[in-house]
Amino acid sequence: MADHLLEVRNLSVEFHTAVGVVKAVRDISYYLDRGETLAILGESGSGKSVSSSAIMNLIDMPPGRISGGQILLDGVDLLTMPAQARREVNGRRIAMIFQDPLSHLNPVYTVGWQIREALTAHGTNGAKAQAEALRLMGRVGIPDPERSLDKYPHEFSGGQRQRVMIAMALALRPDLLIADEPTTALDVTVQAEVLALLEELQQETGMAILIITHDLGVVAEVADRVVVMEKGQLVESGTVRDVYRNPQHPYTRKLIAAAPGKGEMHAPLPRVEPVLQVRDARKTYGAFDALKGVSFDLMPGETLAVVGESGSGKSTLARILLRLDEPTSGSALWKGRDLFQMGAAELYKLRRDLQMVFQDPTQSLNPRMTVYQLVSEAWVIHPDILPKAKWRARVAELLVQVGLGPEHMGRYPHQFSGGQRQRIAIARALALEPKLIICDEAVSALDVSVQAQVIALLDNLRKTMGIAFIFIAHDLPVVRDFADHVMVMQNGKVVELGTVREVFETPREAYTQALLAAGLNPDPDVQAAHRAARLQRA
Amino acid sequence: MLSFIRKRAIASLISLVGLIVLVFFLSRLTGDPAALFLPVEASAELKQQFRELHGLNDPLMVQFANYVGDVVTGDFGESLRKARPALDVVLEAFVWTLWLAAITMSLVTGAAILVGSLAAFRAGGFFDRFSSIVSLIGASVPDFWLAIVAIVVFSVNLAWLPTSGTGSIWHWILPICVLFVRPFGIIVQIVRGSMIGALSSAYVKTARAKGVKSGPIIFIHALRNAMLPIITVIGDQAASLLNGAVIVETIFGFPGVGKLMIDSILQRDFNVVLAAILVTALAIFLMNLLIDMAYALLDPRIRH
Amino acid sequence: MTLQTIDAPLSEEPSFIVRMGRMLCADKFALCAAIFLLIILLLAIIGPHWLGDLATKQNLRGRNAAPFDWERGWVWWMGADALGRPLLARIVVATQNTLMVAAGAVAISSITGTLLGLIAGFSSPRVNQIIMRLADVIMSFPSLLIAVIVLYVLGASILNLMLVLAITRIPVYLRTTRAEVLEIRERMFVQAARVMGASSKRILFRHILPVVLPTLTTLATLDFAYVMLAESALSFLGIGIQPPEITWGLMIAQGRQYLQNAWWLSFWPGLAIILTTMSLNLLSNWMRIALDPVQRWRLEMKGRKNG
Repeated sequence: MADHLLEVRNLSVEFHTAVGVVKAVRDISYYLDRGETLAILGESGSGKSVSSSAIMNLIDMPPGRISGGQILLDGVDLLTMPAQARREVNGRRIAMIFQDPLSHLNPVYTVGWQIREALTAHGTNGAKAQAEALRLMGRVGIPDPERSLDKYPHEFSGGQRQRVMIAMALALRPDLLIADEPTTALDVTVQAEVLALLEELQQETGMAILIITHDLGVVAEVADRVVVMEKGQLVESGTVRDVYRNPQHPYTRKLIAAAPGKGEMHAPLPRVEPVLQVRDARKTYGAFDALKGVSFDLMPGETLAVVGESGSGKSTLARILLRLDEPTSGSALWKGRDLFQMGAAELYKLRRDLQMVFQDPTQSLNPRMTVYQLVSEAWVIHPDILPKAKWRARVAELLVQVGLGPEHMGRYPHQFSGGQRQRIAIARALALEPKLIICDEAVSALDVSVQAQVIALLDNLRKTMGIAFIFIAHDLPVVRDFADHVMVMQNGKVVELGTVREVFETPREAYTQALLAAGLNPDPDVQAAHRAARLQRA
Repeated sequence: MLSFIRKRAIASLISLVGLIVLVFFLSRLTGDPAALFLPVEASAELKQQFRELHGLNDPLMVQFANYVGDVVTGDFGESLRKARPALDVVLEAFVWTLWLAAITMSLVTGAAILVGSLAAFRAGGFFDRFSSIVSLIGASVPDFWLAIVAIVVFSVNLAWLPTSGTGSIWHWILPICVLFVRPFGIIVQIVRGSMIGALSSAYVKTARAKGVKSGPIIFIHALRNAMLPIITVIGDQAASLLNGAVIVETIFGFPGVGKLMIDSILQRDFNVVLAAILVTALAIFLMNLLIDMAYALLDPRIRH
Repeated sequence: MTLQTIDAPLSEEPSFIVRMGRMLCADKFALCAAIFLLIILLLAIIGPHWLGDLATKQNLRGRNAAPFDWERGWVWWMGADALGRPLLARIVVATQNTLMVAAGAVAISSITGTLLGLIAGFSSPRVNQIIMRLADVIMSFPSLLIAVIVLYVLGASILNLMLVLAITRIPVYLRTTRAEVLEIRERMFVQAARVMGASSKRILFRHILPVVLPTLTTLATLDFAYVMLAESALSFLGIGIQPPEITWGLMIAQGRQYLQNAWWLSFWPGLAIILTTMSLNLLSNWMRIALDPVQRWRLEMKGRKNG
């Protein structure tokens, strides 16, 4: 029965938590052959990472417990191996890379030391490890490998750190590489590079890859086969094309349907008097120019999507428009008044018109306030909006409007799911009856299916209440179904500004084209075509 | 790295100046120095003479300038009881205290890090619970009480160790053991907490995925990251040893700065008292600077 | 929608006190500590009225009477001191002074330190620098030495003792508060409050302080133990509380000369100090978990399993 490189058989893992025993994965089985790439697809809470942690012996016991099953590597059960032999498997036979390379690299040692350790921990001598570390750094494409070896993790960019992680993982040429959301925190263009590197290395070494992801696009790009997980259970498995074209399980269908970028694009609105006119807005932090002159107009009830990778200045733009940071120069006319020049009193009034929804609702809601307190705080600060007697009724109304219920008023944020929390944050913004809401990556921390719901909610608010939106995102497909105009930013400058159809269908600038090309399409056939085109160009 | 140290050194220097100023005003504003320095029964003329001699009738600013001049040149006047420069008397005693503190802190640091780390590695296990109880009791025992109990048991009843003095190595054992207890209890708790945090961090997961053994994971990967809060507490405890050994020194008749201070206060030898305060304060300053440098050495992110 | 549905099942979360009670029951050590501290507190309040006369009445025939003499009244169970006064009664009476000095010092230092920390964390860099340097100065003061001198010069009253101890502990709260404020003010929910137009005062007291408060409570509990030890040390040296007032530290000092033939004179008050500081330490450890919403589940889970 040692046909497969890795075989997980009827694995069950449970965790002891405050709410009792949680069965993280229940009776799941899958296998993986040499040279093959298997994707485990699932949303948060699906247990998609648990089985890989079990393979790597990374589950803390207690509170965790493997309650049943086997994990066979070349026919030998890892779960019953003696500890010493089990440790030898890690790094030598199976290696792993993680989602957030910054926290997964030890901050106080040089990357050279950490790569060498992967070798010396399994008996390689020091001099040989040094030479090998140098070769690996060069192989994964770190510039100036010799000097980079002596640098610390915080001195690298996100993509480079993931390359270092890959170098470390592949030091001993393992038979299996487990990649847990390896590109989730990276920009799209960097993501494409890292995935390409993984594929190259796979071809070179013949290793198998187990990739864990929530992103259908990543599955389409790299995987041969896919297993889909929901709430600890394996609901579907098959080749990537079969699963995408012909999903059997309702959950898989829902997941595929929720992938953004397939709906009808907005037709441009008629140009009227703009509600916000930004001219040549600039912001410098010391010697660093974060914004190098940005100008645009925003119509009432319009959605402007601002898209760019990290360092593009898109968040800085949001912060200076809300005066969370002071702009260096430029102007922003709001109803004829320059909001960059406003004093404290005027700014206080402006707050009613201009609101913001933040990226991570876990952090943007005060954990010690109830939902009622969170939403009604707006009226404590602006007492003339609503008399106190009506607060309860109005909070209830707002909660219903964002898809929650009045019964949620007395609860604390931690009792809600991520999507529900973002709804609370939206209700809070609505409490001031604003004319413009700035959403800073408001859906990027959410699961795909929840993302779609929150975007639908925002779009509905725009239609029914005429609120204008500035919607900041790093991901192009997300804004496609929602935006009227799209502004692409890079290094603090506007690269391209046009209607959503113009930007998506006939992008003028090379950078926009590159962004669109780097984005991964959930359809494996479309993605295969993209890849072919990309290889042709290269 | 250098600029970090320079910045810290300048900040410390400002604090040091503040301290010197504060000591002056403490000594001048808490009462009439003549009344303090002279015996209670001194006559009015004698007090007047004393004021003349020490320039206490000058304007406050002139006095302050004189005082600063004295401090900078290390001139704290004569010890009234020993008829020697006060600074010499203090430095002599300070060496004893420094040795006592240094030996105790080295032992405490080594033991506490070992015990705390092992407790954190198997948090909730037998060793963890045992060390938790020991460190809890250790952190709660008043040292002077422990000192007198230790004297009764080991010196008087068992007659194993001398009660006081500094003649031989045996004289050091009881003071060190007594001073050891509280810092040990406190630091073990901090080490344990900090190590539990470090051991559950993502980079430890990476190390385990690389197949690194448990020993290096605890003492190389986690410990260095956990060291920052630990070092802070070690610094605090060392500082409180430098000035807090007063009681233990007094009880064991150990000729350190603490005992000197108490004796000098009782003998109204205030030049010595002032010198002792400034010397101890300077020592604590230097130690804080060392602690800051240790931060920078341990964590490359601080250096930049 | 009717108003009834709004008020109906508001929350399934029990009230704060009920939750804390449940979590306290989940940690047996902390529960014992809390009960012990409550008893001590009670004794501190009623002690002097209740046993004041007994504790000061000399009885020369009962000098250094040995403990565990079950024949006599319960106040004699711990023996008697050099003047024949029952030790148990004296310990009970001394509770008030001991706790009062510590409580006063902790209250003064925590309130001052927290306020300064809030100011330092939320104002201009220059004010921040000045406050921090001041804290540095106090921190590098040989605090016990300074206390010795100040008490010697100003005279050892309960108030002076409180003030001196308070000043040396201010930096502890100041630094903690400032560090937390610097971190919390960058958090998203503070930014969100700013976007809504909240004033600095509101942000500081409604959003930042409630988040810092649990940490400070935990710290103050721990510090209570520290200050108690410091007070007893000063009293032991003879420059803290002066007779005829008594504290536990002073009692240890008074018993010191009889140590060889009457160990109980110093032993019992020492034990009282140890048990109280230990209880405070235990309670502080429990608070660290119970007041942290992220870690709270550990206790709640235990409580459920036990219940």
